[in-house]
Amino acid sequence: MHKVYHRIEQIAGNVITVTASGVANGELAQVVGTLGVSLAQVIRLDKDKVYLQVFAGSRGIATDGQVRFLGHTMDVSFTDALLGRVFNGSGQPRDNGPALDENRIPIGGPSVNPAKRIIPRKMVRTGIPMIDVFNSLVESQKLPIFAAAGEPYNELLARIALQAEVDIIILGGMGLKHDDYLQFRDTLEAHGALSRSILFVHTAADPTVECQMVPDMALAVAEQFALQNKRVLVLLTDMTSFADALKEIAITMEQIPSNRGYPGDLYSQLASRYEKAVDFEGAGSITILAVTTMPGDDVTHPVPDNTGYITEGQFYLRHGRIEPFGSLSRLKQQVNARTREDHRTVMNTMIQLYASFKETLEKQSMGFRMSAWDNKLLKYGARFEKEMMDLSVNIPLEAALDLGWQIMADCFEPEETGIPSKLVASFWPKKTA
Amino acid sequence: MSQKSGRVVAVNGNMVSIGFQGNVAMNEVVYVLSKGKRLKSEIIRVKGSEAQAQVYEITKGIRIGDEVEFSEEMLSVELGPGLLGQIYDGLQNPLPEIAEQKGFFLESGVYLRALSRSKRWSFSPQAKPGDILRRGDCIGSVPELHFTHKIMLPFDFFGEWTLADIVPAGEYGVEDAIAHVRDQRGVERELRMMFSWPVKRAVDCYVERLKPKQPMVTKTRIIDTFFPVAKGGTYCIPGPFGAGKTVLQQVTSRNADVDIVILAACGERAGEVVETLKEFPQISDPRTGRSLMERTIIICNTSSMPVASREASVYTAVTIAEYYRQMGLDVLLLADSTSRWAQAMREMSGRLEEIPGEEAFPAYLESLIAGFYERAGLVLLNDGETGSVTIGGAVSPAGGNFEEPVTQATLKVVGAFHGLNRERSDARRYPAIHPLDSWSKYPGMVDAKQVEEARDVLRRGNEVNQMMKVVGEEGTSIEDFVMFLKSEFLDAAYLQQNSFHDVDAATDADRQTYVFAKIHKILHARMFFPDKDAARRWFLQLTAVTKDWNLVLMKSPEFKQLEERLDGMLAEVLENA
Repeated sequence: MHKVYHRIEQIAGNVITVTASGVANGELAQVVGTLGVSLAQVIRLDKDKVYLQVFAGSRGIATDGQVRFLGHTMDVSFTDALLGRVFNGSGQPRDNGPALDENRIPIGGPSVNPAKRIIPRKMVRTGIPMIDVFNSLVESQKLPIFAAAGEPYNELLARIALQAEVDIIILGGMGLKHDDYLQFRDTLEAHGALSRSILFVHTAADPTVECQMVPDMALAVAEQFALQNKRVLVLLTDMTSFADALKEIAITMEQIPSNRGYPGDLYSQLASRYEKAVDFEGAGSITILAVTTMPGDDVTHPVPDNTGYITEGQFYLRHGRIEPFGSLSRLKQQVNARTREDHRTVMNTMIQLYASFKETLEKQSMGFRMSAWDNKLLKYGARFEKEMMDLSVNIPLEAALDLGWQIMADCFEPEETGIPSKLVASFWPKKTA
Repeated sequence: MSQKSGRVVAVNGNMVSIGFQGNVAMNEVVYVLSKGKRLKSEIIRVKGSEAQAQVYEITKGIRIGDEVEFSEEMLSVELGPGLLGQIYDGLQNPLPEIAEQKGFFLESGVYLRALSRSKRWSFSPQAKPGDILRRGDCIGSVPELHFTHKIMLPFDFFGEWTLADIVPAGEYGVEDAIAHVRDQRGVERELRMMFSWPVKRAVDCYVERLKPKQPMVTKTRIIDTFFPVAKGGTYCIPGPFGAGKTVLQQVTSRNADVDIVILAACGERAGEVVETLKEFPQISDPRTGRSLMERTIIICNTSSMPVASREASVYTAVTIAEYYRQMGLDVLLLADSTSRWAQAMREMSGRLEEIPGEEAFPAYLESLIAGFYERAGLVLLNDGETGSVTIGGAVSPAGGNFEEPVTQATLKVVGAFHGLNRERSDARRYPAIHPLDSWSKYPGMVDAKQVEEARDVLRRGNEVNQMMKVVGEEGTSIEDFVMFLKSEFLDAAYLQQNSFHDVDAATDADRQTYVFAKIHKILHARMFFPDKDAARRWFLQLTAVTKDWNLVLMKSPEFKQLEERLDGMLAEVLENA
């Protein structure tokens, strides 16, 4: 029923061209090369010429290779049997389990009608004070971790995933080192979370085209679970690899690059993925936590820059800690007024004091004399970094707020902090001389 | 119908090429018939017997040979009563109705009518049979919420028309015939309450354009006092991410002293639109006491919606703005963000394989940006009234660097520049408009000379601050140090404003004039302090008192008390005291 084409006219990069008719834009095809069978997707039509990107790469594809169009666009199976499984970027099993074929759903579906969204109001507790206290994560938020290569971003991601109170965790791994993938899987397994997780993993050794599919696949599945009233957390790491995959295809297709070789639609491409984060009116939600590695630790690089304009804040991971400056959760105002009455005050005061500490550090390094106030700040800053910022700290929000009061009380007099007297009366720890 | 026909011959991203027979027009709307859906598209280039069209939908599933239907119309919006309070996408589809019919997702190929056909409006005729009418002339009116919505002779009725007949006062739908007009050759045409107008063409039914002079009060002090915007003027807000563009626009959309606000959410986050559309109905407009939503129209084409309709959305918004301007109203259009609009053009230009300009933006970027901002203006209408469209565009420069094509092209054509600055936003100094880099060419409501003097304090304070970084506080003279403290005081107590505080968020014109006079007096005073610590302590206290002053209502007794305290404090340090 589906015609097979035997003549491949052009092979450039991972894109092949065949002459065919009746083919739809975005349609899938099977390509048989000397190294095996791969899926391919139509990315451009020009008269009777059909351009396909081959998921497994064009290596080993001969001009007489077979191309068979499948008559449908890229889809993924959606069933509860997905839970606990690992797939690659084409949706094929990566573990030794059976392939799933029932209830195929298309990926990269239309966007959610803004009129059907609701204002997010539920905080996601992570047990990390730098997040819970200072930049609360909110259900349905889209938030990337900006980090230079080498920072422990995947560890952080795994920790948040394990501690967050969500129903389902979906990992979309792009360009992961194989070790990192195993690490993720083992961590989830060790904490008994694998049974509520689904992993779509593209490793650095896999073909680039599959990298492009990972977020769409992960998010399409997430969307279905969310519509079934589940709270879903999607982890995407690393979105810079995804952007690089886009760049590779764009250049192969001879598109005019806009900025450092990235295609002009990078913003739209990233946005259409991140905007899948949603709190449905009358159903579940999708929260997206992503990793964006910054080449050269440069936040103005096109990938982190475009991401920053799309997402609702960002966490800067630097020297193994979440930086209080630059990190931002745009949605924190929606939740932190209703946690505990001292939450906002502790958040603001501690950050202001930490900023003063940084100024003092600068003064100290320039050799200016330290005043009594400076010494207090130095003491405070050291404790703040050790007891709040260190990523190994793992305490609930309330305990973190109490700890905040304790640190301030150990270093300052109440009036030095500028905290309103009403809160001081009820929260300032009594001296236990 | 004509014998026009066409079929898809190529698909590349969101652009299709169409082989056609017959004639097509540039910017004509065509529909690609794919899998039982009609996908709206617009012709953007014609070459021989092939035309390129940008598709306002996802192009997945389109095949070579799919049939194309020609509409013989340019992309247009429906104008008539019922626009206010609506939430549209970039092509003027009402989103709440789509949600009702189709559920959670925006499926492709679904187009609904912008104006309700079932709603009845209470029409009162104004023109009489025999009256000579020109386009834009009022023939009657209907009440739309608390506005009197003028029903006008459609803007494309060129020449002179004689009113043949008109219906009596009563309830009518937007498509009912309400009058007939005849031109000089006796051609008769029917009038309805609604008509359409192509979005990419400026509405030009007015006597002349006037110079914008009257300030549009935004109740944001740094804007109104230092960088004012006039009604009918244009301004831009460039800034890196997280610098507060969106919050500033939201605050402006609430407080601006205009009749109607149109928000064009162009390629930005859906969440922000949701906040507006869920919160505005609950907030009451201090000018009218009615819900803010009643004076607002949202055109929402968020970042994940198809790119081509993002390009259309700013035009849709400005056309609706011009329509209400024709009724003698003051309209503010806030576009967030024009960079996303420019990027949409860049994507299309790339697919057309045009020779790229700087950063791959098309070479015609500047003229399109200029053309868009030029649709703002204060105009004298046929009936002697004036109406205005003010445009405020947010710009999102890549990397926060203003030396990029969109920011630069915008700066050339706007009347005011409110540049948001990363250092200020990092220091939590909101609104993060940079007081030294920004500028405005419009007259403000506060004495220009005093404003210039205040800016001079900021400039000199900044110089002292730079110097102190090198020589330390010890090496700075007390005069210089006081200058620095004065500039910090002006910044903290006047330029910064808490947009989440009930009182501080909105400072009206009277209060600004009053408070600024006081601030100016303080800045101007010659002060004496025994040492720098005393000076710092005094200024810290002064700042704290002034900030408290900003938080109390002008009518309240505390306002007077705090003012007296300020006066008292100033008297203590005056040099000749």
